[in-house]
Amino acid sequence: MKSLSKNTVACAISLATAITTANAFADTQITVATVNNGHMIEMQKLTPDFEKANPGIKVKWVTLEESVLRQNVTQDIANKSGLYDVMTIGMYEAPIWGQRGWLQPIDASGDYDEKDILPSIRSGLSYDGTLYGAPFYGESSMIMYRKDLVKNAGMEIHDHDSWDHIRDVAKAVNDPSKGIYGICLRGKAGWGDNMALVTTIANSFGGRWFDENWKPEINSPEWKKAVSFYVDLLSKYGPPGSSSNSFNENLALFNEGKCGMWIDATIAASFVTDPKQSKVADQVAFAQAPQEVTQKGSNWLWAWALAVPVATKHEAAAQKFIRWATSKDYVKLVAKDAGWASVPTGTRESTYQNPAFQKAAVFANAELAAIKSADPKDSTLKPSPYVGVQFASIPEFQAIGTTTGQMISGALAGAMTVEQALDNAQKAAERQMRQAGYY
Amino acid sequence: MTLNQQRKLKTLITGLFAWFIALLLFFPIFWMFLTSFKTELQAISVPPSLFFEPTLDNFKVVQERSDYLLHAMNSVVTSFGSTIIALIIAVPAAYSMAFFPSKRTKDILLWMLSTKMLPAVGVLVPIYILFRNNGLLDSRLGLIIIFTLMNLPIIIWMLFSYFKDLPKEILEAARMDGASPWGEVVKVVLPLSVGGIASTALLSIILCWNEAFWSLNLTASNAAPLTAMIASYSSPEGLFWAKLSAASTLACAPIVIFGWFCQKQLVQGLTFGAVK
Repeated sequence: MKSLSKNTVACAISLATAITTANAFADTQITVATVNNGHMIEMQKLTPDFEKANPGIKVKWVTLEESVLRQNVTQDIANKSGLYDVMTIGMYEAPIWGQRGWLQPIDASGDYDEKDILPSIRSGLSYDGTLYGAPFYGESSMIMYRKDLVKNAGMEIHDHDSWDHIRDVAKAVNDPSKGIYGICLRGKAGWGDNMALVTTIANSFGGRWFDENWKPEINSPEWKKAVSFYVDLLSKYGPPGSSSNSFNENLALFNEGKCGMWIDATIAASFVTDPKQSKVADQVAFAQAPQEVTQKGSNWLWAWALAVPVATKHEAAAQKFIRWATSKDYVKLVAKDAGWASVPTGTRESTYQNPAFQKAAVFANAELAAIKSADPKDSTLKPSPYVGVQFASIPEFQAIGTTTGQMISGALAGAMTVEQALDNAQKAAERQMRQAGYY
Repeated sequence: MTLNQQRKLKTLITGLFAWFIALLLFFPIFWMFLTSFKTELQAISVPPSLFFEPTLDNFKVVQERSDYLLHAMNSVVTSFGSTIIALIIAVPAAYSMAFFPSKRTKDILLWMLSTKMLPAVGVLVPIYILFRNNGLLDSRLGLIIIFTLMNLPIIIWMLFSYFKDLPKEILEAARMDGASPWGEVVKVVLPLSVGGIASTALLSIILCWNEAFWSLNLTASNAAPLTAMIASYSSPEGLFWAKLSAASTLACAPIVIFGWFCQKQLVQGLTFGAVK
């Protein structure tokens, strides 16, 4: 009798455990905060697939404008509100927030195959060797140009051409009377807008944001040369009103056939070669970003990643979702649903090794080469203390980058000289770094 | 030119000028409406295309991607809910200040208005923490509270000015007939100023409907109103102009239709007391 009751209790416990395990995710709702772009829309569309495979987990989406997303997730994470279970963060935030203990490490165990993630992307999203953001898509920068216009002008473009050569091509192609401009570049102020490009130019001219003692070097001779070159190039051979153009404006101009060259994010390659969006889809070619005195840091590196904040109440379900959304199988799922040209790129080696992807994406090799050549830990000619190619991964950078961007955008619009712009930015950066206690 | 002709010419010029201003103000809405029926390529084409084959694809995408009904319901509940609560608080407040002013009434009115001069972002962090501690984040109740507080000063000011224009003699007569203060409000003040109250309510509803700052900061998936839905179509990388326009058209439509039906009250209320 005694043993029977013991057995009964044991059975009851096992049954209860089994039921609890089976229903571990019963009625769990996770909220995913994200930005609006094609890849995220596809993920949202495929979410029922995840929910079907994981009964009990329901996924709710909150899509926000990039700057609002940054503000909301920072607020959520700093106040431990627990509004979001999965958040989309960039390569800038991942190491800073990881260091502060705001994020859970990504569960990359088992069949997730962390080693398949491109090394530069993995390194940019880690702090102290721990991955804090699972990359959803990654990008670098490269030249996209019109084969027909460049050929007609009797010029050629190669990988890693010098900036001087790019200026010559822009001059040769430029024909404003026909509505064609030699080169389209970002000019709109913002650390993620004009400064992403300008930093890569400054890097290739031998400049850096900070010296080894964190002293800003924005008005160094290298920066002055680089920014003067950029302002001169865009003023002479760029479209009018360049100081208010960023990715979308230039994409619209390029797709309308108004740009000879465009140096921007590799993700643009899939848009400019899509006949549904672009009038010049069959005339586009790619080359690696230009350089001047060094190739180091001449093309940027960025990734959007999914991360789990420490305040989440549904960590297991959140990790499960991230493992699904950033897995190799997910890439195949997108290919099945929307075709190989639409899969999220810039994250996994296996995607680029797939022949079907190679065939569908004409930009695949150029994109992979660009991403692989960017090293966030070694992006300047002279040694620098920070991680990041087109940014420095420190909390103060956002303000410094945006102020510098405003000054340079002002110089481009003719409101001040390049010297004045860089001196002002230097003063602001020095004040910021001193207040933050760097020196 | 005779005096009559001169007058006619003046009327014509004034009319043309009014039409010009009206069309100028209406143009962005018209352009948004037009763009919502274009493809993304047509939306960015230069020069812009006025004649094109319209498509409903953008509306289809918005329907697929966003839970329009949930967002619309959130907008309706928060706008109307907060307006009703604000009116319940504002009517007695405005009544007492209009008919029984004290030495400090003017100061109180100015103090209330001064809360509108503070940039909202200045109190974002304390309000966010209060909301978090009281479980109000991402809830309709939370938005109703914040919208009520946001519009209360304007509503009290508007009602105060409407009530002040009511002839005091009518109230005195009601009092002579034995009406209590409550009876005065319900039976005399409210019926006499119904136009003003309607236009105040409409203005408050429109302000709540269009509010984006608090909506974006204090909601996530459950209580997000239509303004948050529009914001989700803004993209730094990719072309979404046509879809953004479709989302905006869908968000504007209910309030534009509602305003259209209520325009008589709105105009009546806004011109209330203009001519004595």
